[in-house]
Amino acid sequence: MMRLSPARLALYVISALVLVYLILPVLIIAPISFSSARFLTFPPPSFSLRWYQQYFANPAWMQATRVTLTVALLTVVIATPLGVSAAYAISQSKLRIMRVVHMMLLLPLVVPIIITAVGIFFVYAKVGLVATLPGLVLANVMLGLPYVIISVLAGLQSFDPAQEMVARSLGMNRLRSFFAVTLPQIKSSVVAGGIFAFISAMDETIVALFISGGQYQPLTKRMFTALRDEIDPTIAAISTLMTAASFMLVLLASARQRKGA
Amino acid sequence: MTSTPDPSQKQQRREHGLMLALVSPALLVILALIVLPVGWLAWQSIYHDGFTLENYRRVFTEDIYWRSFALTFEISLAVTGIALLLGYPVAYLANSVPKGWSILILSLVVLPFWTGVLVRAYAWLALLQRTGVINQLLRYLDVTSEPLALVHNTFGAVVATVHILLPFMVLPLYATMQKIPSDLMQAGASLGASPSLTFVRVFLPLSLPGVLAGCTMVFVLCLGFYITPELLGGGRTVMVSMLVSRNVELYNQFGAASAVAVVLLASVLLIFAVVSRFISLDRILGQK
Repeated sequence: MMRLSPARLALYVISALVLVYLILPVLIIAPISFSSARFLTFPPPSFSLRWYQQYFANPAWMQATRVTLTVALLTVVIATPLGVSAAYAISQSKLRIMRVVHMMLLLPLVVPIIITAVGIFFVYAKVGLVATLPGLVLANVMLGLPYVIISVLAGLQSFDPAQEMVARSLGMNRLRSFFAVTLPQIKSSVVAGGIFAFISAMDETIVALFISGGQYQPLTKRMFTALRDEIDPTIAAISTLMTAASFMLVLLASARQRKGA
Repeated sequence: MTSTPDPSQKQQRREHGLMLALVSPALLVILALIVLPVGWLAWQSIYHDGFTLENYRRVFTEDIYWRSFALTFEISLAVTGIALLLGYPVAYLANSVPKGWSILILSLVVLPFWTGVLVRAYAWLALLQRTGVINQLLRYLDVTSEPLALVHNTFGAVVATVHILLPFMVLPLYATMQKIPSDLMQAGASLGASPSLTFVRVFLPLSLPGVLAGCTMVFVLCLGFYITPELLGGGRTVMVSMLVSRNVELYNQFGAASAVAVVLLASVLLIFAVVSRFISLDRILGQK
């Protein structure tokens, strides 16, 4: 195994190239965003914050940022308790119908998002939810639920339900025993699930393209429109900030998960 | 067991009621925001002032529709094939190196995962456009004299799509390879087989469930891909998802859009149904 055969060498070279291909686009964005040039040139010209200034000084981008943050936060606040209670019921109940329910709750991962988006658009058009904040939040709650449920179910798998039984036999009611005994032990998977729901809402684009409008357009919709017209390095600045935000959130989530394990 | 006393039966019924109550808010959201909308599409595809199959007739007979479906399947097949060719060596390497290295490799694989799809579309535009990084590098190295058309065509769309879907290939492959006992390879070697023969006869067949899981996920996701082909395909690569969106946004052809969506969804569900006969669905979906 240790001697470097030609096959092994080829494996190293191919894998290294694939890994470069994977991370190159992630690495290229930050340099563009800090460059003073409109296009990326070699050698890179001077360092500049002009694209960040353009972003922060533009009321339309700022409004979109507020929409994105509001939607993502509300999504977490709603999707997390819904997902936790659903995951708890799925893992504890012996009802046979729960298997079907479980499958249905994962539907957002199975149905191609473009289909979901168009369908929601038609339904929203009938009930007047197009271009509204509640409409945007509801759609993102639906899309974020599977992440919370998967994460919490994984957490509950290593939890012994007998502990909750003990608490109840000692006189706690069901709700109290859940909050006192179960929740503290699955806390890290709950937090991780919430973080994934936040990132999912922050990055969601396709549904927003169809159902958002007016003053309630999230960042991604404005970015998409801007990208279709012209390559403006302001997008590099926004992308850098968004990427930094997701990476920090993922690190936070995985740190919590490790602590919980 | 058959003659359960009354109180415990009552308790059990209460327990069932509680569990259903706990699951119902989430279920309600799913029903209202995905089951109802998809049902709506299905209804709209066959009903417009009376029942009609006109929309489906168009999808299956009119050129632009079936050509778009054919193109989407072709691109999805190509993307799946490329992702397998690129992903297999990486998963194999991650599986055969010490723990620290494999964590590093897998982190690099999932790193782009957490970068938004739009962000990466932008990055590929910046890399591949006529004045982009790749073209400048090629000019600088004197490989080309004219900038190559790397983006706003099928090539650009495929490069960026493979990039986005590659983690969905590598992760199930790695998960499967991890479960292959390494003594099997040693046994092969001790029986005198060359490393390449043990790989082909022992390792490769045992990794096939991972290949199937990864290929299914990549293929199915690619069938419904929208943002990347729209931004990098240059308008000529009209995938099914773009057909749906154009019919809604530009032409107000709601019935036709719905029929296309239903056919696309049916294809996806059919693929899942066929594949789930060989490997469990959890195995395909379990990977985030």
